[in-house]
Amino acid sequence: MIRALKSFWAFWYDFVIGDDWQVAAFVVVALAVTALLTHAAGVNAWWLLPLAAFAALAWSLRRATSRKP
Amino acid sequence: MTALPLVLTVFVACAVEAIEALTIVLASGLTREWRSTFQGMAAALVVLAAIVGVLGPTITLLPLTALRLVVGALLAIFGLQWLRKAILRAAGYKALHDEASAYLREVAAARAAPEVSKRGVSDWYAFTLSFKGVLLEGLEVVFIVITFGDSQRNLGAAVVGAAIAVVVVAVTGIMVRAPLAKVPENAMKFAVGIMLTSFGTFWGAEGAGVAWPGNDAALLVLVPVVALVSLGYAAWLRRAHRLSAAAPQSQAAWSETGGVTG
Repeated sequence: MIRALKSFWAFWYDFVIGDDWQVAAFVVVALAVTALLTHAAGVNAWWLLPLAAFAALAWSLRRATSRKP
Repeated sequence: MTALPLVLTVFVACAVEAIEALTIVLASGLTREWRSTFQGMAAALVVLAAIVGVLGPTITLLPLTALRLVVGALLAIFGLQWLRKAILRAAGYKALHDEASAYLREVAAARAAPEVSKRGVSDWYAFTLSFKGVLLEGLEVVFIVITFGDSQRNLGAAVVGAAIAVVVVAVTGIMVRAPLAKVPENAMKFAVGIMLTSFGTFWGAEGAGVAWPGNDAALLVLVPVVALVSLGYAAWLRRAHRLSAAAPQSQAAWSETGGVTG
């Protein structure tokens, strides 16, 4: 049962999060900050999520290509 | 917004996954047995259709803002994952997806497996190989169909895009009777990654409460910008990869000449 649950979790983790969990974390944090800026500070922060996505991608690519073989 | 970008994105994403599923189905059918292969494929398609039929309309019951926040986050994460792989492949850091060698691997495994009859299926291996292949490749399509279709409140158009892709790939596969190795799969994956990331970013930000300048027209700027940045990253990494590959060679040449240049 535990093994089945573990493989179920591993499948969905790999399916949605993939090779780099930090990209997912970046997106979630950026969305939270966007919501905060928009609702609490009244700033229409439409630019934040695209910038965060580009930064997350660059960070992830850099980490992937700088690993030793 | 018209349904065309929705249908096109789902079509390309679905075509890529259908090509990968076709490779597995062909390996199973041509090496083992067609009847069990078709049974496995049909069973997987029924499961996938049931998931779309149950989840698709259920998710539309959520308020649009909440739906776009969740779907946007998932699509952005999913899209960035596709883009990351596509860029690493384009830059030479990751091997290109090759349907011909994937087919040969599946054929070798299928030839080695024993023939066992089970639960009314004459070749259980062919059934499970085909079932798993179609189901796993199809889950990504289901995810894209549901998220795109529900966010646009147009699940029908997304299903149409996916269905056309499956029919086109299946008919081509039946005619060719070989894996579709000549299809520019990696370029298609790059394009899908760009669309998923763009739409995910757009809907996610909208769900978080922002108002995009120009409303839906902002996508006409966002998609090319995501494409340009991704192509820029690929070009930058390709250059870095070439330089790092050339560095040991020039170092070796330097050592061979005893450090003397001519």
